[in-house]
Amino acid sequence: MTVTPPLLELEGVRKSYGDGVTTEVLHGIDLSVRQGDLVALIGPSGSGKSTLLNLIGLLDRPTRGRIAIEGQAAEHLDDRALTALRGDKLGFIFQAHHLLPGLTVLENVMLPSAASRGGFHASMRAPAEALLSAMGLRDWVDAWPRQLSGGMQQRVAVARALMNEPALVLADEPTGNLDTATSNQVVDLLRERNAESATAFLIVTHDPALARRCDRVVELVDGVVVYDGAPSGMKSWD
Amino acid sequence: MLALQLAWRFLREGRTQSLLILAGVTIGIAAFVFVSAIIEGLQVNLLEQTLGSQAHITVAPEEAPPRALMRAPGVAFARRIAPSEPRRRPFDQWQRAVRRVEATDGVVAVCPKVSGSALAYRGAAEEAVKVVGADAARLRRIVDIPANLVEGQYRLGGDEVVVGTSLADKLGARVGDPIRVRSGDRESVLRIVGIFDIGNEMVNGRWMVTSLRNAQTLLGRVGDITEIDARVADVYEAERIAREVEARTGVPTESWMERNRDLLTGLRSQDASTTMIRVFVLLAVAMGIASVLSVSVVQRRGQIGILRAVGTSRQMVLGVFLWQGVLFGLVGAVLGALVGALAGELIEASALFDITVTPRLLFTALGVSVATGVFAAYLPARRAARLDPAAAIRGDE
Repeated sequence: MTVTPPLLELEGVRKSYGDGVTTEVLHGIDLSVRQGDLVALIGPSGSGKSTLLNLIGLLDRPTRGRIAIEGQAAEHLDDRALTALRGDKLGFIFQAHHLLPGLTVLENVMLPSAASRGGFHASMRAPAEALLSAMGLRDWVDAWPRQLSGGMQQRVAVARALMNEPALVLADEPTGNLDTATSNQVVDLLRERNAESATAFLIVTHDPALARRCDRVVELVDGVVVYDGAPSGMKSWD
Repeated sequence: MLALQLAWRFLREGRTQSLLILAGVTIGIAAFVFVSAIIEGLQVNLLEQTLGSQAHITVAPEEAPPRALMRAPGVAFARRIAPSEPRRRPFDQWQRAVRRVEATDGVVAVCPKVSGSALAYRGAAEEAVKVVGADAARLRRIVDIPANLVEGQYRLGGDEVVVGTSLADKLGARVGDPIRVRSGDRESVLRIVGIFDIGNEMVNGRWMVTSLRNAQTLLGRVGDITEIDARVADVYEAERIAREVEARTGVPTESWMERNRDLLTGLRSQDASTTMIRVFVLLAVAMGIASVLSVSVVQRRGQIGILRAVGTSRQMVLGVFLWQGVLFGLVGAVLGALVGALAGELIEASALFDITVTPRLLFTALGVSVATGVFAAYLPARRAARLDPAAAIRGDE
């Protein structure tokens, strides 16, 4: 019987910063995420959440330890291979939306596909429009990001993260800059997408309400995982 | 082509910045084209004036040494050392030398010629002249007299002679008038059939151009010539070709570059100063592009981080910024060439020479401008490509 490897697997991941005198931010993280998981990564400021997310997103390299995506170890891959793996398997949603202001809403959504195919093509339009429709932005495809509200921009960012049908979406405080209503709207979208597809989500958040709506919570304190389980098992949300 | 598409969007997004630097590139390239066209026009004009009435290469036997007035074995009484009319040796086997000159690479026209001093008389007027005898068709390929005729025709048969405007005026002669010409104890009467103005007073005021046979008879050199004139395709190759001709013919050969060393030095100095102006202009253009793109890299750190996060490679990011340099160079070159050409047109009316913006100059400007753009964009592009995506995204927040 073949055992399917976890979608994401971290073993003893450590990360230090600084030359000479170094500061270790992550102290040996073990973590695994399976297909379709909806995981909240919580913890106080400075606990290493964003650092961990960057490592998982292959935007940064661990000082020690192993990171594997669908069984493929990433630590020895060169920049070109990491870029390809990132574009193929991962989607990103950032707190500050980070849409490219020089591209239209539709082009922003098509960007991951354009990056992997070397340019914008007409064939990318239909799936990008479908995603924008699902986000309630069908009438805004040709608008510029500056014409959209913060919540609308974040929904565009969600659509962009899903464009290449990634196995894992990494979201860094996706509702951090949004009001409660818009925040709920975005979380509903993420949950819907998670339910509809096998896409797994790893969401870094300070927001207990958002964390409670996930299937699993991983709590990080001072660079160490102190809790990994169902939201209901959390003793305290402070 | 994502790099090009993104480069264009980046430039369009920061259009004020883009337009300002584009204006800078345009002005720089316009200056490049304008200065180049003026200097080229000036040099072409100077060369035309200088070489319009002289051969690029002249093959002529050495002058004979001064003749002793009296001869006595072992004793020299006196020598005639005051310079007088050059006493050329006979040009041995000149027909064979002509064939060898014609066969030399780079030579486009050859004209065997006999020339010498004489006196021209008409009524009371008496003028020192230079009789030039040559085949009419060959001579016109060396000195284009027909193109500079102001009166009459260019014909060198029988007793026909063509003279310059100044000489005609000094002799008070017009087309159809006979002129008596004397050299030593030989005399001929020639009839003016054409008057030319070649733009060189030495030629206009002295030359009497007639057939080879007339000149040979008048100058006492029947069957002989004094020199072979040649024209070459590339005037700046004249010296090299002259040395080759000399080696082939065994006869002393002189190029226009030897005869006009001062002019050549002037032209070369002008070239050097033009090159310096061009280099400084291009450096200013390059620094403008580089500074704008450097600022752009800093301003777009977050966007570069996102591009990397969504799967854009370092090479692609490098390409985005290099393309911006190319676009600045390309569009700036087109606009600059137009402005430079227009400025040339405007000033040409008051200039004494043609200012021509040649296709070669335009292509040079285009190539140089694009190369400058790429060169200037390289460092900012490399910096953008090397950005740590995680730090870039963090830094933008």
